[in-house]
Formats: sequence, structure tokens, C-alpha cells
Amino acid sequence: MLTYPFKLVTIIAEPVLEPRITQELRKLGASGFTVVEGRGQGSRALHAAEIPGINVRIETIVPPDVADRIVEHVAKSYFADYEVIAYLSDVQVVRGEKYTTTPKRPAP
Amino acid sequence: MFDILKANLLSPIPLAFALGIFARLVKSEFSLPKDIYSALSIYLLFALGLKGGVELSHATFEAIVAPAGVTLLLGCITPITAFAVMRYVGRFNASDSAGMAAHYGSVSAVTFIAAQQFMQRVGAPAEGFMPTLLTLLESPGIHIALFIGAVQRNKALAAAGGEAAAHDSLKAVLHEVLTGRTMILLVGGLVVGCSMGESGWKSVSPFFDSGFKGALTLFLLEMGVVAGDRLGDLKKVGPFLFGFGVLMPLVHGTLGVTLGTWAGLSAGGAAVLGAMAASASYIAAPPAVRLTLPDANPTYSLTAALAITFPFNILAGIPIYYNLAQRFAA
Repeated sequence: MLTYPFKLVTIIAEPVLEPRITQELRKLGASGFTVVEGRGQGSRALHAAEIPGINVRIETIVPPDVADRIVEHVAKSYFADYEVIAYLSDVQVVRGEKYTTTPKRPAP
Repeated sequence: MFDILKANLLSPIPLAFALGIFARLVKSEFSLPKDIYSALSIYLLFALGLKGGVELSHATFEAIVAPAGVTLLLGCITPITAFAVMRYVGRFNASDSAGMAAHYGSVSAVTFIAAQQFMQRVGAPAEGFMPTLLTLLESPGIHIALFIGAVQRNKALAAAGGEAAAHDSLKAVLHEVLTGRTMILLVGGLVVGCSMGESGWKSVSPFFDSGFKGALTLFLLEMGVVAGDRLGDLKKVGPFLFGFGVLMPLVHGTLGVTLGTWAGLSAGGAAVLGAMAASASYIAAPPAVRLTLPDANPTYSLTAALAITFPFNILAGIPIYYNLAQRFAA
């Protein structure tokens, strides 16, 4: 079957950031995302919730340029103060057009 | 005074809470499933709102206006005193001080319920409209503290040559606090309760009234576990915050009892208002502070609110405020 190369962006974050990050993913050009809640502990354990140790894993499959934008944005906005990690992996998908959105902003 | 403290310690709420802490101390794997914990808190808040709403429908405007006024006043004073003590006595940075002020300026609904139950047990029930006051005290403290923090943070960011970014998130957070779980369930419950009146209450009270104390006891058991989880952080926060977590509620509690008595509340009512002023929020405030003041360390505020002030109020504070209220009333 014909597959296309894309990037899987995975962001693991404090639950308090979920609404903000998912909204930003859309703006940065992700066509969709998945959020999974889980347990864990990072190097800082700075969770601001009455139940400690809950993390969210936010995943999205996007073209490489969007992936770069997302990782750059997350690094700039959150790495300094929040417990957040982000990483990229290579994935092969079918129906490549499904993971590409037409940019909302006019092309430069 | 000693008798009243002992009687409090041997009642279901503190005992269940202590069992929860004990479970954590012996490293038991026990804890309530997270969804049940959430469901219990929804049940408690909505039941509180409904019952309070029914009582509110009987209250006259004259009876409630002075207590409501002093409650709002408390909501404005407590974040400022907490900020000042943190910043100028404890020498914490502006964000940590403002973050703490948001917690101590707001209110813990569970502490409120525990105080209300205590007053019923000792035969000095608080006024029925107290849940209305609870909703008034929930948000001003958070708003004022975050405003102080955001202004200071913007100043610092501008001085560092960055853009003043805290303003936008402040607006979003105000919306979040006003539409959060506690506000929707409590304010919504009050409106529903007030509209349906006594007859409506009769039809739902088998569920919302009969189960209330049992659900509260179970909830406190889990609160013990949650507070117990934080005990390890006590070492990290140091002696100043430990003192803060005990003395700040005593100061705010005394202020609340004084203003409550002055506004004409009964001894039970003034003591509940004292407990409200003395309590620190750990549900609405933490995410609001996290999003607005990201450089504030949540370990400080959550440990102080959950592992020091909450247990202190449940185990000793509430009887102390009641004792004070009795003296003021006499």
C-alpha cells in the first residue's frame, strides 16, 4: 500500500496546559490530535492539581514543517516554567492528504 | 476549650481524614478512584448549593446584606494580608507571594462544610444562607492576588526587555475561575434550590440530604490520602511556610469571626465565616495560578494549603473559631 512520510509530534504536559496547547496545535496547522491521560513523574514534579502525578500525552501527526513549528512554539512558550517534554518521530501514513490543512494565515 | 477540641477530633470527619493520612504514612496503595473522587465532590457541592438555595428563599434581604458585605470585604483583605506576609516577612518573590495569596484569599468548600457540620453537632447551627456567602468568597481573592502578581510580573518582564504577556492569560483565567466546577455547581445549585423551594427540595432530599454526611466522610478519607501525599513536600518548603500555614488561618479566622459577629451572625455563623476566611483554596486557585504566574512554585502553595492549613483547620481550627465566636457573642 502506498504510504507517505509524516511526523508524529508527542507532547507530554501538565493537565492544566491541555486546553491551551491543543488550541495552539490547531492554529499552528495540525488537522487533529489525540489526548491520553496517564500517570507519571518528571524531573520537577511541579503539578498544580490536587491529585499529583497526572500527565497528559498529546499526539498529532503533521507534515515536517508544521512539526518544526509546533516543537519550536512549545519549547519557547512552556519549557522554562512548566513540566513539558516534546519529541518527534517518523511515521508512515496512508491517505497523506488527511494530515495536511490549508494554512489559515495567508502564505508569506 | 480542650473538651471541644477533643469532641471534634473524635467525630467522623477528622477521624476519616486521619485514617487517610495514616494510609499514606504506612505506604498503603489505597486511594479512591479519581472518578469517584470527582463524583463525590460534584455531589457535595451541588447538594450544598441546593440546600443553601432553599434556605436562601426563606432569608430576608436585611438579614443577609451585612454578612454578604463583610464576606466581600474579607475576600478583598485576605489576599492582601497573605501577599504582604509572604513578600515582606517571608521574603518570597512576587510570583510566589501572589500565588500563595490566591490560595489563601479564596476558600476551601470542604473546610466550609466541615465547619457547618461541626456547628450542627455542637448545637449552634450556622445561618442557612451561609453557602451563598461561600460563593461570594470564592473568587475575589483569586482575582486580586493574580492581578497583583500579573502586574508585578509584567513589570519584571518589561524590565527584562521581554513583552508583557501576563495580561492575556489573566483574562482567560478570570473566565476559568468564574465558570469553574465550584462556581457552576454552587451558584447553579443556589439558583435551582432557591427557585424550587421547599417542595422541590423534599423530592430530591432522599438523595441529596440523607447521603450527604456519609459522602462527606468518604470524601474526607480521600482528602487525607491527598494531603498525606504532600507530607513529603513539607521538608522542601521549610519552617517559614509551616508557620505561615498555621498562623495565617488563625489571623484570617479571627478577622472572619470578628467581622461576622459585627455583621450580626450567630456564634455558629460567625465561626463558619471565620473558618471560610481561614481556609485556603486547593481546587480553583492552583490551576489559575499555574496559568497566570507560571514562575510561581506550586509546591509551596499546594503544600501549605493542603498539607498544613487544611488539616489544621479540620483538626483544630474550626473548634478554635467557634470558641472565639462564643467569646465575642458573650
